[in-house]
Amino acid sequence: MGITAFNSSAFPRVTPWECFTVEWFSVLAEDKRLLTGLRNSLFIGLGVVCLSVPLGLAGALMLTQVKERVRPWYYTIVISPILVPGVVLGISTLLFWDRVGVMFGASRDSFFYNGFFLTIIGQSTFIAAYTMLVFISRLQRFETVQEEAALDLGATHWQTFKKILLPFLAPAIASASVLAFLASFENYNTTVFTAISTSTITTVLASKVRYGIDPSISALAVVIVVLTLIGAAVHEILKRREIARSKLAAEVAAGNRLSIGKQTPWYFDPALIMIFLIVVAGVGTTFMAGTMGVEECKVAVKTEKQRATQERIKALRERNQAKRDVEAAQQAQEAEQKREEKEGRTGTENFNSIFNTDNLAPAEDAPETTGEPENDPSRTGTENFNSIFSTDNLAPKDDSEQENGEQDKKDEEAPRTGTENFNNIFDTDNLAPKSD
Amino acid sequence: MSADVTLDDVWIRFGDFVAAREANIHIEDGEFFSFLGPSGCGKTTLLRAISGFLTPSQGRVLIGGKDMAGIGPNRRPTALIFQNLALFPLMSVWENIAFALEVKGMSKLERRKRADELLDLIALPGQGDKRVSELSGGQKQRVAIARALAAEPDVLLLDEPLSALDLKLRQHMRTELRAIQQRVGITFVYITHDQGEALTMSDNVAVMREGLIEQVADGSTIYDSPETAFVASFVGENNVFQGKVNRLDQSAAVVETPYGEFCARPIQRNNQDQLRVGDDAMVFVRPEAIENAQSDSANRISGEVLQTEFEGNLWQLHVQLPNGGPRITRSSINDGRATKHQVGDRIELGFSETSAIALPTGQLAAE
Repeated sequence: MGITAFNSSAFPRVTPWECFTVEWFSVLAEDKRLLTGLRNSLFIGLGVVCLSVPLGLAGALMLTQVKERVRPWYYTIVISPILVPGVVLGISTLLFWDRVGVMFGASRDSFFYNGFFLTIIGQSTFIAAYTMLVFISRLQRFETVQEEAALDLGATHWQTFKKILLPFLAPAIASASVLAFLASFENYNTTVFTAISTSTITTVLASKVRYGIDPSISALAVVIVVLTLIGAAVHEILKRREIARSKLAAEVAAGNRLSIGKQTPWYFDPALIMIFLIVVAGVGTTFMAGTMGVEECKVAVKTEKQRATQERIKALRERNQAKRDVEAAQQAQEAEQKREEKEGRTGTENFNSIFNTDNLAPAEDAPETTGEPENDPSRTGTENFNSIFSTDNLAPKDDSEQENGEQDKKDEEAPRTGTENFNNIFDTDNLAPKSD
Repeated sequence: MSADVTLDDVWIRFGDFVAAREANIHIEDGEFFSFLGPSGCGKTTLLRAISGFLTPSQGRVLIGGKDMAGIGPNRRPTALIFQNLALFPLMSVWENIAFALEVKGMSKLERRKRADELLDLIALPGQGDKRVSELSGGQKQRVAIARALAAEPDVLLLDEPLSALDLKLRQHMRTELRAIQQRVGITFVYITHDQGEALTMSDNVAVMREGLIEQVADGSTIYDSPETAFVASFVGENNVFQGKVNRLDQSAAVVETPYGEFCARPIQRNNQDQLRVGDDAMVFVRPEAIENAQSDSANRISGEVLQTEFEGNLWQLHVQLPNGGPRITRSSINDGRATKHQVGDRIELGFSETSAIALPTGQLAAE
């Protein structure tokens, strides 16, 4: 998928490889709908983070406070939005706030009918449950005795929360925020109902897929994947540094070391600098390569394509010519045969007596056609003969409209009379053999 | 500032379970007071009631003469040192120490200054910028004390703070704690299941069993004149003989046991005699009070040497009394002149009338 972003082919594909290009990134940068969707998604994502992280935290704290017997019930209830299909949540949100809006007599412009508001609310209903799970797992490792210690030292409950619990939960808040943002960003089935007229990245992508996509979507994928990888790498580095630090701390505590010493700031970490350089170099060379010589390559590809088309046309023509030659030879042979048999013969036997009166007026076989037996060629008993008596066929023109279904469209260039297939049966030779 | 603590008929119940009952204690201002008892005896419960984390089901807690009912732990003049210390791992050492000042709204500069003073007090100068995880067990211990002292409490409560330390460090910290207490002069209430800690540090000790305070007294009284069978058996080693009171006068009780008649000192409780003639009684003798039988020994026993143990400063001798009687222990100081006994030797032992005590039969501490 990522590779297709660098292929100049107008459809996202790897083969045939045409030209290495970065033009799809500029196409992406100029795609107004996609960018609006992206901006809306970012905005909604932030809104969801702001709403669902505090909600999840409150839910998780509540879980630690409720009585043992109530806990499973409480847990089941708060976790249930995850189990409800997103579509149901989306529709429910829409209907609920519509009802609320009606109750307050709000106009259609009010926030009850605002796509941002509804989407943030709708997504938060289940994303808050995700964040709650993150907080629960972190809270399980919290020593409540620390809260008691803070209280005992004179802190108020709010100070205890702010100075002890929140710092402890900080990593969980960070990961819950990332989780909430990503869950919101990639959500489609709830959003598609709640967004109303607002477009998000997923709804724009969905409509693009329906109406035809180009590799700028791959370019977007590349951007997202690269950003995610960098984020993951930075996170990993910071984690390793933390582990290294606590190991050192243990050594200091055991008396094997005097002090941890000053650690270099995290942004000076060699691995981080390496990643940064690789990314810069990769992006730089890609764009240099993708902008230099692309036009020449494209021209070359175009010429090559045209040449290939010409060759195909030529090959087709040759094939048709060969076919015609064979047909002409057969015709000549048949004419020869006919000439030999012309004594006592009408010359029309080969055509299954199509001029017999039986065939010309089949009234008893097809009563519905009695009105115009002669005028409608398609209804007469001559269908089997591919309407060879229709005026089009009888008066051949060069117009390509005359082609009937059997003809290959590729043969347009070779003008035909439309009667070739009937072996020129109306040639004067065939039509009037009696005079001889 | 320092304050006295009074528990006035405190009961603490958890549903049907009574964690503490009839607790009546007065802890003097500036005293080092210990609660001693096996785990699960309710001593931590009482401490939490003093610090305000638990509300007594009945009775009053008074600190400095003021009833503490309805006053939360953050507004009581107490500071608690938790069993696992509960230092704040995300803060540096000095921030931990200055936490109580921070929540009071003191400026950072002042906080730092006070934290450095306290670091000097606990002999960890210049370690303020370390992380808590960089400290050793004993250092963490001292930081926890400094953090509690920073709050300038009238009463410092300590919940088995030394139990996580190894023996050497524990012994060192005992002395240190006592020294700190004398320096700051505030009331210390100390919880422990280690009688050594309780006896060495405390002015007074309360021995608890199953939620009930059995005896409150200074260390030597607890050791020499335990008022109940439980205290006698829990604090220090004791040899026990069960029997019946035969005769009784002011200073001596004669208890008839299957191993002979023993003359022992009866112990009063709340200034009342506990024994009457004919009662079931127990005679307790400390191992160090048992000697080789002398001609004038008031009480004599004989048995077979089961085992000898050398403990450096002491010789421990385990002697089996005849006819399925109890095993008794004798310990004597290793002065280089101690008689060497062989396993299987018959041995005659004796103890004086004053070194043995007679108490009503009661539950003994679990071995």
